[in-house]
Amino acid sequence: MGGKLWALFFMLTALAALAATFAGPLLGVGFPGDGRAYTTIGVKIDSLFMLILWIVVVVFIGTQLALGYVLWKGAEAATTGRPAQFSHGNPTLEVIWTIIPAAILLFLAIYQMDVWAEYRIKTMIPKANEVVAEVTARQFEWRIRYPQAGKPLGLRPQPDDVHTVNDLRVPVGRSVSINLRTEDVQHSFFVPHLRIKQDAVPGKVIPVWFHVTKAGEYDLVCAELCGWGHYKMKARVLAMPEDEFQAWKKQIAVEQFTDGVTAAAPDSNQTPNTAE
Amino acid sequence: MSTLNPSLDHASPHGHAGHGHHELGFVRTYLFSTDHKMIGIQFLMTTLLMMLVGGLFALGVRWQLAWPWERMPFYGDKLFPGEGGQISPEAYTMLFTMHASVMTFLVVIPILGGAFGNLLIPLQIGAPDMAFPKLNMLSYWFFLPAIVCFGMATVIDGGAAAGWTSYPLLSVLRDAAPGSRDAQTWWLFGVTFVGVSSMMGSINYITTIINMRAPGMTLFRMPLTIWAMLITAILQAFALPVLTSAGLMQLSDRLLGTCFFIPAGVIVNNAAPTVGGGQPLLWQHLFWFYSHPAVYIMLLPAMGMVSDMLACMCRKPIFGYKPMVFSMATIAGLGFIVWGHHMYASGMNPALGMTFMVATIMIALPSAIKTFNWIGTMWGGRLQFNAVLLNCVAFVSMFVIGGLSGIFMAAVPVDVYIHDTYFIVAHFHYILFGSTLFGVFAAIQFWFPKFFGRMMNDTVAKCHFVLTFIGFNLTFFPMHLLGIAGMPRRYADYLHLPYLEHLGPMNQFMTYAAMLMGSAQILLIGNFFLSMFFGPKAGRNPWHANSLEWFAPSPPPHGNFDVPPIVYHGPYEYSSPLSGDKDYLPQTEYVPLAQRRQVDAH
Repeated sequence: MGGKLWALFFMLTALAALAATFAGPLLGVGFPGDGRAYTTIGVKIDSLFMLILWIVVVVFIGTQLALGYVLWKGAEAATTGRPAQFSHGNPTLEVIWTIIPAAILLFLAIYQMDVWAEYRIKTMIPKANEVVAEVTARQFEWRIRYPQAGKPLGLRPQPDDVHTVNDLRVPVGRSVSINLRTEDVQHSFFVPHLRIKQDAVPGKVIPVWFHVTKAGEYDLVCAELCGWGHYKMKARVLAMPEDEFQAWKKQIAVEQFTDGVTAAAPDSNQTPNTAE
Repeated sequence: MSTLNPSLDHASPHGHAGHGHHELGFVRTYLFSTDHKMIGIQFLMTTLLMMLVGGLFALGVRWQLAWPWERMPFYGDKLFPGEGGQISPEAYTMLFTMHASVMTFLVVIPILGGAFGNLLIPLQIGAPDMAFPKLNMLSYWFFLPAIVCFGMATVIDGGAAAGWTSYPLLSVLRDAAPGSRDAQTWWLFGVTFVGVSSMMGSINYITTIINMRAPGMTLFRMPLTIWAMLITAILQAFALPVLTSAGLMQLSDRLLGTCFFIPAGVIVNNAAPTVGGGQPLLWQHLFWFYSHPAVYIMLLPAMGMVSDMLACMCRKPIFGYKPMVFSMATIAGLGFIVWGHHMYASGMNPALGMTFMVATIMIALPSAIKTFNWIGTMWGGRLQFNAVLLNCVAFVSMFVIGGLSGIFMAAVPVDVYIHDTYFIVAHFHYILFGSTLFGVFAAIQFWFPKFFGRMMNDTVAKCHFVLTFIGFNLTFFPMHLLGIAGMPRRYADYLHLPYLEHLGPMNQFMTYAAMLMGSAQILLIGNFFLSMFFGPKAGRNPWHANSLEWFAPSPPPHGNFDVPPIVYHGPYEYSSPLSGDKDYLPQTEYVPLAQRRQVDAH
């Protein structure tokens, strides 16, 4: 009699796990924000996630039901005194439960290759992309360097570059790149709402490209342990429409290069130093 | 088959009585013992103690996550008087670093290899002791300095601060963090000591299993525990030197001024720029080249032991013995080529992610085969619902969850999002705690009578199981959801981030569950020590099991067997038609050849 209760106990646990999985989003613990990803790759990631989730849920239910069934039957046998079946296995079953999972797993592996290939291999650094900014992580903040409006980003800092701290602005509606660096230890550039994550490795400049689809403010955090202040590397990514982005760049340049004494601010055409 | 087997000469009853183990003094019996059982018990006691220490670290972490910056009750004022009883961010970093380091290097790896490997290998293959008893003793005595080193790494400079993965440059540059001054050096010494200790163990296990099997113990008559230990020992022998040498490289970067992992021109905390020429990613490759196989080192022995216990508790032969062996070997083989899945977001060439993804996803296949075979073993069995079986079923059930959540991480694009979030934390706790530790709880209960001669209390063990199981699931299942919500790991405070601020109540709930789980371990400790002295006496074979250890007296004397065992068939002949009026057929019980052929044909 105890045995059947135990079988139920394990089934209830499985049921609770299943319920928690689906109750999560209803309780507000789903993907961050409104649950939608606002980059092109983010949408693909979410749909892959959902595909895997459904496959996993089906397998989970199947396995746990089988487990519950054998526990229940085994408990019955123990009470009725029916002897255990003497069997060393079943080659046919082994072949079946090798081939079917293998097919499913291979399908999963091959199916998602395309997404990764499209975003990180075929076009590791899209040629047409504008590198909008260089993001340099350091303990414990993000320093961002933009080129002067109308100029490409130099690999080394230029005198007319515009700098911000913990405030990355990118245009929406087209794919853009950033160059990711770190000044000290390893960090990771993580924008949960955009499903972007890339480690910043000392000694390397890593290009990261993405295509934000909706204007808005997104949290930028660090996802690689970088010291005691790891948790407080909080910044924002502000995705703005193209024209606003350009206007902002002009305006921030004015703010940065106006010293309050001379009235004239450098226009984008007459920057202090254009030699490169 | 076992031409080198000395057991026939050594294990004869009068032969061994002559050696007179009772003449050994206290020190040689309990401290510097060369008896594999005593060494196993030493490892078991030490690792269980370390499990408590690691668990207390974890509760500190959970306290901070539930109520960031609140004064910690009971010990806050004593441990952090300078901080007003709060856990400071540095202390929090130390807590999760040492929790993971202790649990990995001082609990899970040594409790499987050191404790159960030592206890079970000679007995299950019918050998009088390990092949190299002194080496075996040394392996324990290399383990103790590791504990001292990790202890130093906990207290010096506020504690090691680079996580158990010890990624450079945080771990290498002395100015990168307070804990990267001398604490990190102690940490690296600790890892070196456990590495040497495990290496001695694994060489010993491989030699013993290959050379010292009893007559008739062919490879495919070995219990799955022994197969698992053999495969694990091989894994360890090939993977561990990589970690040890990587650790030495990191030590020399820190102490001798080399630059294996340090690129040029890095300025940390206004210190002088580094000279450089090294590459931080190299550490990640070397570290995971060991630490991914280490995941299987931390799992395979438990898989083997659970297979043995399930067959016994279901009174049924193991379903698909050879598929079980081959899938363990496949897991071990594939385990060597999947390390890159820890590095999808690391700046490694993205194209490499593809190969690692395929290998990683395919490693789910042998895991699935094993799961189906365990269910097959229970199917049609006559289940004895005691604490051993319950913990074993928990192992299977939790392994399903941990295995399935692994598929999300194997997928490169999805992993890019959930990497370094709580989803990962949930996943590996389902494997390391949900599977391995429930397997270990079962194994303690199952083999306790063999080594202490007394039974553990089943009712208390069941209470311990239920509380731990419920506490475990309530603590770790919600972590999947936290990960999907984008909560990064290793954060001392997440509530100041707008997109995470609604997660406070959930974290508090998980901390209550963790406290429940932690306090349930009192039942285990109490049951363990009280049973050692007051439990009902067990005979040689209280579970009516087949394998050779149950043929020896409980507890077995020095030299193990009073009658040298000869093996006639595999260890899983439960409910065999040949077994007569009992439902088990010990490996030593002679069955005429013609009848044995009939059984083999089954």
